[in-house]
Amino acid sequence: MEQTATHSLEHRDDTASKLGMWLFIFTEILLFGGLFIVYSVYRYKYPVAFHLANQELDKTIGLINTVILLISSMTVAMSVSAIKEGKKKLTITLLGITLLLALIFLVNKYFEWGAKFHHGLYPGSGILHDLGHGDTLFFGLYFFMTGLHALHIIIGMTLLAVVLLKVKNERINSGDYVLLENGGLYWHLVDLIWIFLFPLFYLIH
Amino acid sequence: MSEEKEHIVSYKNNFLVLIALLCLTFLTVAITSVELGPWNVSAAMLIASLKVGIVLYYFMHLKFEHVILRIMVIMVVLVFTALIVITFFDYLYR
Repeated sequence: MEQTATHSLEHRDDTASKLGMWLFIFTEILLFGGLFIVYSVYRYKYPVAFHLANQELDKTIGLINTVILLISSMTVAMSVSAIKEGKKKLTITLLGITLLLALIFLVNKYFEWGAKFHHGLYPGSGILHDLGHGDTLFFGLYFFMTGLHALHIIIGMTLLAVVLLKVKNERINSGDYVLLENGGLYWHLVDLIWIFLFPLFYLIH
Repeated sequence: MSEEKEHIVSYKNNFLVLIALLCLTFLTVAITSVELGPWNVSAAMLIASLKVGIVLYYFMHLKFEHVILRIMVIMVVLVFTALIVITFFDYLYR
């Protein structure tokens, strides 16, 4: 009772919070959008090198990571439904699964990048220098864009971990859950970016 | 009071959306493993756009949000498309 009384006195505008989150998401879309354009232009200028460099990437690990991200997007979407229904335990479980999937994604990325480094493919390596401009650009963009995306995964994980703790001590509840919704929106954004990264780097040849 | 307005997406529907997204993913992998020449790129990008649309509409709740949000998203897509077109007019015809 006391809880609801203090809540109604507090100034809260969930619509505005969500609008703010969306504006931030737009800036992120244009950030990655700019990089996609850079990628397309260089692909257009160095078609042969991009075609050959593309075959160096491991399609399977890319596909596994795509499936992982899509499932984690669903669990976040479900956690929003769960909190609205007041199911605290289910919300925590679903957020926990999301964090676990995100961690698996990063572990896969670690092995994927590790294999590339092992073959001498990393920004500034001698092998790339000998292969020429096209390959250098492809792998430069590959490491920068998937790296920036991985950074977003880490930020998203931090955000969702904070949300999970707040659900645990009931700071986020069935009457006040806009932070969970915004955290979810951020996580879906990370998914959106990967949906384009996967075909562009791993599939198209 | 806000609970009355808030639409709760069922777990089943969320799961169905995931299945649709997974099917489209495997479809992209299948299509790009066949040699279609330049059609590879168009097909992959078309399916990716469809997937992004599904995520925006269902997972990101655009379906249930105020119309102003949907208009804003469309504006961003248009700005980005204009950016692509202008860039490629430059590179294709220089």
